[in-house]
Amino acid sequence: MSLVGELTDGLRGFVTAVGSVTVFLGRILGQTPRAFARPGLIIDQIYNAGALSLIIIMICGLFVGLVLALQSYQLLERFGSEDALGTGAALALLKELGPVVTALLFAGRAGTALASEIGLMRATDQLTAMEMMAVDPIRRVVTPRFIGGVVAMPLLAMIFIAIGIFGAAFEGVQLLSVDSASFWSQMRSAVDVKDVMEGLIKGCVFGAACSLIAVYEGFNAIPTAEGVGRATTRTVVISAVLTLILDYMLTAVMLATRS
Amino acid sequence: MSNNENMPAQQPRPAGDNIVEIHDVHYSVGGRAIFSGLSLSIPRGRITAIMGPSGTGKTTLMRLITGQIKPDQGRVVFDGLDVPNLKRRELYAARRRMGMLFQNGALLTDMDVFENVAFPLREHTRLPEALIRNIVLTKLQAVGLRGAARLMPAELSGGMARRVALARAMATDPEVLIYDEPFTGLDPISMGMIVRLVRQMNYALGITSIVVSHDVEELAILADTSYIISGGKVVAAGSFLELKDHDSEIVNQFINGLADGPVPFHYPAGDYYEQLLAGTV
Repeated sequence: MSLVGELTDGLRGFVTAVGSVTVFLGRILGQTPRAFARPGLIIDQIYNAGALSLIIIMICGLFVGLVLALQSYQLLERFGSEDALGTGAALALLKELGPVVTALLFAGRAGTALASEIGLMRATDQLTAMEMMAVDPIRRVVTPRFIGGVVAMPLLAMIFIAIGIFGAAFEGVQLLSVDSASFWSQMRSAVDVKDVMEGLIKGCVFGAACSLIAVYEGFNAIPTAEGVGRATTRTVVISAVLTLILDYMLTAVMLATRS
Repeated sequence: MSNNENMPAQQPRPAGDNIVEIHDVHYSVGGRAIFSGLSLSIPRGRITAIMGPSGTGKTTLMRLITGQIKPDQGRVVFDGLDVPNLKRRELYAARRRMGMLFQNGALLTDMDVFENVAFPLREHTRLPEALIRNIVLTKLQAVGLRGAARLMPAELSGGMARRVALARAMATDPEVLIYDEPFTGLDPISMGMIVRLVRQMNYALGITSIVVSHDVEELAILADTSYIISGGKVVAAGSFLELKDHDSEIVNQFINGLADGPVPFHYPAGDYYEQLLAGTV
């Protein structure tokens, strides 16, 4: 096949996939009001996606904060600006590292769990059995998991950021002898609510994107062991790439609206 | 059948109208024709067997009846409803009148036996918890698994899982129960239990039963009417005795379990010796 032919096929496949995901999202949103009528199902999924990811998020947040402070200190020391360590760490974590790294971890922990769980339900006829019992699996299985992910992800991002700042403070103040008062006061004066909102918005958008990819891939998995494995892998890869693309787009929009 | 001694002798039931009618259905997948002009009727209140060699589309036929797939051509009618043209809401309303027993049970693995049976009741009714509990225990008692109510699906044997799935399919008292390969992979005791349950459902509750299987011996005991499907069409229909005396070669091969015949032992292939000499696959 010629290069043009391959590109055309690739483009057609991409447009078809985007259309399919959009229709799937439409079905989820259509069932969302009914899903809220049974909050117990959503709370279960917030627990599965959120609480069960907490340990990995906290550990990673701590070490990202530690490394961030270590690297930033080396740079700031050259210009005699060690006191700005707190500001730099907080802004980096709030605007970029917190939401992005949390989304990548979320895709790896909760996203894969969602995709493989739904994929296995497909492979073992559980979704078909629901259909046969006149129970819409989009309403009963997919929508609560999607909402659970959308709610859990920004909360996890905020926890990641808080632990990350704590890690940066420990590294900077305790180990690198940055003045504690300067660290916290500069951070408080430089970081405002808009910065927190940026992190929160990114967390929500990444949460929606990663959850959507996970439930879509699981729901449409080929009902074999290989198919479920492939759906799980695709969930991680697509979620990671999509997170970084969305991050760039959101950052550009946020910077444009700020200035 | 030794475990049928408590059952009433099989008596002729009054002929009723047909609850399912299939007219001239054509269906193909990937260019391969599964059905080419299939027509059959499922009488109300009877046990009807759909038989045929592996790969003839028996399960596909069940998926057509339940509206999981649509035919390329032809009509599938369930109690006067044109199944392929039903809207989702209408299709779900029709499915609430059907129960389906899957080959593997298809139990929800994150719920125990009790919750699996209670699932359709919780989804479709607002019954008080005490009543749901009583209905579930009644259904589990009927399949002999009341004592297993708190076991998880992973703790059940294949036969137990199918009995739980049957209890779940019965939970909302459907008019039609569809059994997809209910005997496959079961030991003789479990198989006898399933045969007995299918008959009980039919006799005691007047449920129409459609049994898709290729287990000729079990279906000979169970079915009032049998259809044998091959080559995308019904090749024989009638009672088991009628099928046994059928003059069709394929029916003879299927009923008597002959290894070779119109359904060849060998999958179509090129010349054997030439392929060996060529050294390729």
